[in-house]
Amino acid sequence: MPAVQDTIDRVRKIDVDQYKYGFETTIESEKAPKGLSEEIIRFISAKKNEPDWMLEWRLEAYRRWLTLEEPTWARVEHPKIDFQDVHYYAAPKTQSGPTSLDEVDPELLRTYEKLGIPLKEQEILAGVRKQEEPSELNGELASDNIYQSGRVAVDAVFDSVSVVTTFKAELAKAGVIFCSISEAIREHPDLVRKYLASVVPISDNFYATLNSAVFTDGSFVFVPKGVRCPMELSTYFRINEKGTGQFERTLIIAEEGAYVSYLEGCTAPQRDENQLHAAVVELIALDDAEIKYSTVQNWYPGDADGKGGIYNFVTKRGDCRGDRSKISWTQVETGSAITWKYPSCILRGDDSQGEFYSIAVSNGYQQIDSGTKMIHLGKNTKSRIISKGIAAGFSQNTYRGQVSAHRKATNARNFTNCDSLLIGDQCGAHTVPYMEAKNATAQFEHEATTSKISEDQKFYVMQRGIPEEEAIALIVNGFVKDVIQELPMEFAVEAQKLINISLEGSVG
Amino acid sequence: MLEIKNLHARIVEDGTEIIRGLNLTVNAGEVAAIMGPNGSGKSTLSYILAGKEDYDVTEGDILYNGESILEMDPAERAAAGIFLAFQYPMEIPGVATMEFLKVAMNEQRKARGEEPLKVPELLKRVKAASATLQMDMGMLKRPLNVGFSGGEKKRAEILQMKLLEPKLCVMDETDSGLDIDALKVVADGVNSLRAPDRAIVVITHYQRLLEYIVPDAVHVLYKGQVIKSGDKSLALELEANGYAGVIGEAA
Repeated sequence: MPAVQDTIDRVRKIDVDQYKYGFETTIESEKAPKGLSEEIIRFISAKKNEPDWMLEWRLEAYRRWLTLEEPTWARVEHPKIDFQDVHYYAAPKTQSGPTSLDEVDPELLRTYEKLGIPLKEQEILAGVRKQEEPSELNGELASDNIYQSGRVAVDAVFDSVSVVTTFKAELAKAGVIFCSISEAIREHPDLVRKYLASVVPISDNFYATLNSAVFTDGSFVFVPKGVRCPMELSTYFRINEKGTGQFERTLIIAEEGAYVSYLEGCTAPQRDENQLHAAVVELIALDDAEIKYSTVQNWYPGDADGKGGIYNFVTKRGDCRGDRSKISWTQVETGSAITWKYPSCILRGDDSQGEFYSIAVSNGYQQIDSGTKMIHLGKNTKSRIISKGIAAGFSQNTYRGQVSAHRKATNARNFTNCDSLLIGDQCGAHTVPYMEAKNATAQFEHEATTSKISEDQKFYVMQRGIPEEEAIALIVNGFVKDVIQELPMEFAVEAQKLINISLEGSVG
Repeated sequence: MLEIKNLHARIVEDGTEIIRGLNLTVNAGEVAAIMGPNGSGKSTLSYILAGKEDYDVTEGDILYNGESILEMDPAERAAAGIFLAFQYPMEIPGVATMEFLKVAMNEQRKARGEEPLKVPELLKRVKAASATLQMDMGMLKRPLNVGFSGGEKKRAEILQMKLLEPKLCVMDETDSGLDIDALKVVADGVNSLRAPDRAIVVITHYQRLLEYIVPDAVHVLYKGQVIKSGDKSLALELEANGYAGVIGEAA
């Protein structure tokens, strides 16, 4: 855990309420007028040079959306969103779609540089240990994984468009397609038509339907049969423009025996207004395939008084369509004013496996309602849920989960562990698990704990000479360790720092 | 080294006065035993020395090397060289013992303006100290105190004490929950720390530990005061006659 010291140093340097990524890039932007109508959808589709079938698909979603009501079951409160007061499309003027690195607007390159996102192929993600640098406490006591490779391919999405995707050529050699979804719709229509909305149907829920109508960009990954993707893939989402919403759509397909690990990161400028982010992510794993999807969500959370911040309403679902397939979600949620997000797995194939590892940190006036669904349909399917919620300040942090075994899901197994940690006495942690087994052979286990960082624990750590803030960082890092270990090394160190920064100012 | 003058302290939560005019002096190089019946304020005294927030000092002072420590928080006191071996060490889930040792040692070094220890040097020191306490290195990979047996927890406390090299060691009922073999190992660990510039305060209920850690002075604590002080023979007297005699004398 070399990150502990880094965390501490970092926390020291940062002022309370200082969101590190809150800057704004000054770049001329082309926007759709505010509001949502068939006309706007035609405008987006035209901007993206989409084929007719895509436009029809969007319009169908829009018509469906008009008949839907916003869901109210989550434990979050916010003023009613005016969906006509949002720009549904915004793109840097210099850039209407992805291009080669040499052609990317230098202002955009500088933005990503500031965010620590490598767009040059020789660079690696910021915060990642250099390859030659040995893990601390190496040798017989080393508990860290051996760091494998620093190379990560990045798709950079800025407001409504993907500005560049790196390592495309090298990935293509392995047969892997990694590009923006807009490009995939134009270049690989058969694949898109086959898989898009096959996991999250157009009419799935209010926000997913809205996304289907207006999604602007996102990533597309296709790993063909038997291929192990040669590097980590990642998408970095950045909201920049005022008054815009970001509606990304990501589709990842792993064919028989394929493997891919995908990372997602996101940030936004600091603003007084609330901005909307409604994404849909679909994963499809065929026989013996494995998809590992990791998120570090760091949207602007609002200020210390709860003003501003991103409303994050996300539908993420994976379909273990093939036998022996495996999908694993790992998320570190530290940002957003409101998070509404339940990355789920449909365990359709026999012997398929789903995993959900989550760390959700809320501080200030943040509200998180997040969890997962594990739907066991196939025989001998297994799922595992490890959720760690940390609430500080005046925040509310809810784990909401559903595990169900259908009639044919013989020998379905689930293990769920939900732990909550409270810092201070003004915040709340809630656990809402649903379990349902229609097959008598199903075995579900559920463990839940809620604890407060005890004064005794803090006193003990401080008695060893560790100052208060560092003592809390140490205890929190220990609490989330099970989940941090599931993250790719590229993200683990960053995630650990982020968690502690998010809890900055929670002591006192 | 340690001078406690007319100390009065109460529990913050309910205002109960626990320490009622306590006077005590412990010199550098000395091992002082503090004995007393249950509820006499022994553990409270150790917590107050370490700076636990649950207690309010209402009167008197605690001088450490001639200076009052009452305004210092627990971490500052630790960095100044005060160590408390807990009767019930806390579990820290997810934090490997080795990692904890590293952070603690380096935080104290930082507070003193010293460079952090490099990993090889740190490992060398930890290995050497563990060996003298007959501790398995595998234990250091486990989260601190989580699932440790009573004996393991006490050894881990002594290990931390050895590595942090404090000047004032306060040991709260370190003998509780130890079998005789573990007791010997722990006592050897403490004895190896005896030094002319270090004071050790051993809080105990029983004479048994003092057979292995022979004290220079014995103080009897009762109702929040030191009611009698003497040399090691006082401990034997208490063992033979119980506390009643001493308490009667004082009353």
